[in-house]
Amino acid sequence: MTTAITDVEATVAQQESLSGNAHKALTSPWASIAAILIAFLWTIPTIGLFVTSFRPEGDIKTSGWWTIFTNPSFTLDNYDEVLHGTDTNLATYFVNSIVITIPSVLIPVSIATMAAYAFAWMKFPGRDFLFVAVFALQIVPIQVTMIPLLSLYVDQGLAGSDAPGGGFYTIWLSHSIFALPLAIYLLHNFMSQIPGELIESARVDGAGHVQIFSRIMLPLMAPAIAAFGIFQFLWVWNDLLVALVFGGGSPDVSPLTVRLAELSGTRGQDWYLLSAGAFVSLVVPLIVFLSLQRYFVRGLLAGSVKG
Amino acid sequence: MSAGEKFVQMFIAIGLFFGVVAVILLLTQRLRSRTGELIQSAAFVLPAILLIALGLLYPAIDTIYQSFRNAAGNEFIGLDNYQKIFTDSALIQVLINTAIWVIVVPTVSTAIGLIYAVLIDRAKFEKFAKALIFLPMAISLVGASIIWKFVYDYRQTSDDQIGIANAFLKLLGFDTYRFLQEQPWNTFFLIVIMIWVQAGFAMTILSASIKAIPDDITEAARLDGAGPLQLFRQITIPSIRPSLIVVLTTISITTLKAFDVVRTTTGGNFDTSVLAYEFYVQSFRSFDQGLGAALAVLIFVLVMPIVIYNVRQMRKLEAR
Repeated sequence: MTTAITDVEATVAQQESLSGNAHKALTSPWASIAAILIAFLWTIPTIGLFVTSFRPEGDIKTSGWWTIFTNPSFTLDNYDEVLHGTDTNLATYFVNSIVITIPSVLIPVSIATMAAYAFAWMKFPGRDFLFVAVFALQIVPIQVTMIPLLSLYVDQGLAGSDAPGGGFYTIWLSHSIFALPLAIYLLHNFMSQIPGELIESARVDGAGHVQIFSRIMLPLMAPAIAAFGIFQFLWVWNDLLVALVFGGGSPDVSPLTVRLAELSGTRGQDWYLLSAGAFVSLVVPLIVFLSLQRYFVRGLLAGSVKG
Repeated sequence: MSAGEKFVQMFIAIGLFFGVVAVILLLTQRLRSRTGELIQSAAFVLPAILLIALGLLYPAIDTIYQSFRNAAGNEFIGLDNYQKIFTDSALIQVLINTAIWVIVVPTVSTAIGLIYAVLIDRAKFEKFAKALIFLPMAISLVGASIIWKFVYDYRQTSDDQIGIANAFLKLLGFDTYRFLQEQPWNTFFLIVIMIWVQAGFAMTILSASIKAIPDDITEAARLDGAGPLQLFRQITIPSIRPSLIVVLTTISITTLKAFDVVRTTTGGNFDTSVLAYEFYVQSFRSFDQGLGAALAVLIFVLVMPIVIYNVRQMRKLEAR
């Protein structure tokens, strides 16, 4: 699967690909119009909300955002209000999102890299069986695990604001667990492609598994780890279900998505708040996505089977 | 907890984690004997295995078990929960909606993604054109739902419109429409949101696949006098068939599991609920543990064959 993706990417990178005659044949004014129409339809909703987020509250409630072109007026008040207003206070939730996301990426990626190395290059009884089992568990949707996992956390005293880490551990652990099967499978695919002679010669030179892992594998695996890391980052940042169930809606641990969903329900007509709020939550994934697009596409195909 | 304290907690957690990992690696570093290597393997693989066993395997088995028990989880009731899903009229509506989602979202997203990929293939602004369609993928479903709720915003026909969809209707001389409330079409307007998000994924994968079609094949077909549509139907489509299947199945899986759109836009009202959202409501709002578990198991049963089929297709893609 992963080799297919890499091949596919190589061809994308190749601007002047050898194929694509179908396109030439299809080139006509109609084709261009259709493409522009789709692009337009896909972009307009986001632009609309973006423009709205900079308009004064009164204008938003009384006129469409497109009137900005005939009657321009801009303000940053909405952003000030959603970030610092006592009513919305998105700054707090923004912090929560960051605090949730960073460990939820670092921990599963590290554990999975080690496990993938063991499955690829170490010999121990039951190795193949365990790997197949991990692989098979990819098909479990997270919904199936939630209630028992939640009661497990409650029993262990990990849930609630009095718990160690203020209740963040339940969210960190859940995201880490849900990421593992896919991460192990993907990284194992990459690792087993590394030539065996490389490992063997290092072994002959007296290097142990720990040295091989940290000095040879980690540097070689960096692009693959980055690809999965970025995918996991976006997945966690954009997640609603895990945060909602394991954070219990508490303002102390809930990320932006939970707060926005709540605002959308209770203040559905307050577009001056929702529009700015939505863009506060979009900024980080958009920056990550635009700057690291290449890696993201790689992780995407495989990653969408996740949880 | 203040922001500072949260960051402190975060760094403690990360520090603890990497501390433990470092200690394990250092302690097992020098082991060379046969048993030593076994201990080493355990150090590498056991953290993952334990987490998966405790966090995925055990809960999944427990949920299947709970699905045969009553709301409070203290009495065995056989298949009653499942029977309820297939007989209760509200839940049947949920099943119908889910079916519509799973049929419409993958087919329409893939069709749009494919058409767009073909149209912009080797165009001047191809990279930019792709980014436009792909961008919604980076946005959360909550964000996407808010963006579209604004598009669908309803005002009376006589008022000034602020939602662009109704402004357009008014411009054409129609009455404004309650996109999210009027049944049964509201489900389709929610589906539009999911299509908007997923089309970029389909476009990216299919575009790469189209570029991989060897030039001589299309050239030969053209010399034989194939027109553009023939070329598309008889060369492009068969050549990218494996990718098409992967894209269709992948989007179906995502759709079956997504509840964010329904929750953010309508909250499941106006007959718009889907399986994944109903699971959430029954488990965490109505506290009907048994029914919630049965709904989760149903998602599992529906997703399982698609995932297995999908993984097989991906392996074929890899083998090519």
